[in-house]
Amino acid sequence: MTDAVQYLERDGLQDLIQGLQKAGYHCVGPQIRDGAIVYDSISHVDQLPRGYSDHQSPGQYRLQQDDNPRCFAWANGPQAIKPYVFAAEETLWRSLRDTAGELQFTEHVVDVGPLAIIGVRACDLAALYLQDKHFLHAEPRDPGYLARRQQLLLVAVNCTHPAATCFCASTGDGPRATYGYDIVLSELDAGYLIEGRSQQGLTLLAGLPTRPATQGQLEQGDEESHQAVAHQTRRLPGHNLKQALFANLNHARWEEVAKRCLSCGNCTAVCPTCFCHAEQDRPALDGTSSDHVRQWDSCFTQGHSYIHGFTLRANTAQRYRQWLTHKLGSWHDQYGRSGCVGCGRCISWCPVGIDLTEEAAAICGDGEP
Amino acid sequence: MTNPYLPYEAEVIERIQESPTLFTLRLRFTDPSVHDAYRFAPGQFNMLYLYGVGEVPISIVSDPIDEQILDHTIRSVGRVTRGLSDLQAGDRIGVRGPYGRGWPLTVAEQRDVVVVTGGLGCAPVVSVINYIMRRRERFGTVNIVQGVKHADDFIWRERYEQWQQAPDTKVLIAADLGMPLWPWHVGHVTDLFDELQFDRERVIVMMCGPEGMMRVVVNHMQAQGVGDDDLWLSMERNMQCAVGHCGHCQYGDKFICKDGPVFCYRDIRNLFGVKGF
Repeated sequence: MTDAVQYLERDGLQDLIQGLQKAGYHCVGPQIRDGAIVYDSISHVDQLPRGYSDHQSPGQYRLQQDDNPRCFAWANGPQAIKPYVFAAEETLWRSLRDTAGELQFTEHVVDVGPLAIIGVRACDLAALYLQDKHFLHAEPRDPGYLARRQQLLLVAVNCTHPAATCFCASTGDGPRATYGYDIVLSELDAGYLIEGRSQQGLTLLAGLPTRPATQGQLEQGDEESHQAVAHQTRRLPGHNLKQALFANLNHARWEEVAKRCLSCGNCTAVCPTCFCHAEQDRPALDGTSSDHVRQWDSCFTQGHSYIHGFTLRANTAQRYRQWLTHKLGSWHDQYGRSGCVGCGRCISWCPVGIDLTEEAAAICGDGEP
Repeated sequence: MTNPYLPYEAEVIERIQESPTLFTLRLRFTDPSVHDAYRFAPGQFNMLYLYGVGEVPISIVSDPIDEQILDHTIRSVGRVTRGLSDLQAGDRIGVRGPYGRGWPLTVAEQRDVVVVTGGLGCAPVVSVINYIMRRRERFGTVNIVQGVKHADDFIWRERYEQWQQAPDTKVLIAADLGMPLWPWHVGHVTDLFDELQFDRERVIVMMCGPEGMMRVVVNHMQAQGVGDDDLWLSMERNMQCAVGHCGHCQYGDKFICKDGPVFCYRDIRNLFGVKGF
């Protein structure tokens, strides 16, 4: 960090929320719902999960409260920021049919106001970069995604408490946020180191009761980032596993993991980079219109590979292989990097605790083909 | 920015029953300006939308110079295609497209051409055959090979008979199961490969149909000394968005809808034939 780094007292975060609201942003931040930390509308710092920490392991996620004064002393919960750009369900268009049977198609315009997300982690910024590549960097661009993305302001928080399932250091995506945010915070025991990046971020920052950070505070922030790296024990066996994976399409491990995998699709639902979606029609009861809707889909479902009368990937081994070879392999050719950002959600939220890093290592060995 | 998912209204001008399960919808956009602006290349496909039911990717059978009408030949097999099968002239549907990359027709000029189709795969290549036949002088020897399971499935007999009359053109048809008065070969389409006439140095092979059949064609052509760059395949997968977003047609690092459906064999040979992809 540089001279530009300021220090904000813990209560000053409320000023940031109010500053965002004043600038026209609807604010979203982490809070506890159904026993997990998720992102939801926020208007006051009291809604943040202060004093909460998480315990994650394959197939396990538990929150616990202690006297920790911090609001961000936890690793990501199941929900990424993905739903705020790539909506879990979205109407694409509507068809209207008149009594003569003539059809009219009307565009569904996604009309959202400015949105600020507070507490975004480095892994999710990397995931957003990848989703941007998928939905926006090739023609045609996705109108719904674009409408939401253009209205987004991101307040990142450097991760200091990675879970046992995290491996962002090995994918190069964390724990420190290095790009893609407007403002970044590092939480210390009594307040935050705060730094603006975009013009909007810098403007907001100028209105906050900050003071220059001391050398000691900066060192504390750096030290916590180093500790966050040191605490990560999981890793992928290499940055580009494409060759290793595609050289092992008949590896016995695919069948072995398929005996444990329920093909439930939880991993793809919590994955911040998965982009598959299915389209379907929803006719109105009065028969005069029908909405064409898309919903998140998963390559673990039977319907995903259905083609004129049969299912191409009829068994779980083929589906798991499709997922892993794509996520860790084909993404390199399609989007210039791996589709995995090391968030570890697929490990924690797998009901049977399948560990992607373990499967990749079993199949790829040390990563060489 | 225009919404890439939005269909345009089209009218069914005619519905033709081609075989017990195959039918052709002849379509025209109801907005003349949409129809006039519409351009496609053989091998590309459209998304056809049936009101209240959904969309389905269907290849375009017409010749690009037929500006009046867009033909789609469809097998009635799923929820949407069964519904489309019930349409009659005058009915309205939604159409958006064209999508994907078609056949390498510029590459094929001045060269010998082998077109191999199997099963119901004939639809995506009929437009290419029509295209070549109407510009016959631009191509070398043309071989049209079509295999069907049952002689009943063989449609457009007149067209094949007509193509057979063209100069320097060979038409080879086979049915696994024949029927009385079936004038063509009974057996596998591969039985006829020895009758093909082409110069392996200047041939281009285009194929469409079940992947097992295309695998056999690829093997045969490779054994004849035809290079991977000269083998072209039309691939099929589940497609819902047609613009490379929905992920269903993911094929290794390719999206069939956008990077295909027509591929040079060289570009997909690592994955082609691997079960489950």
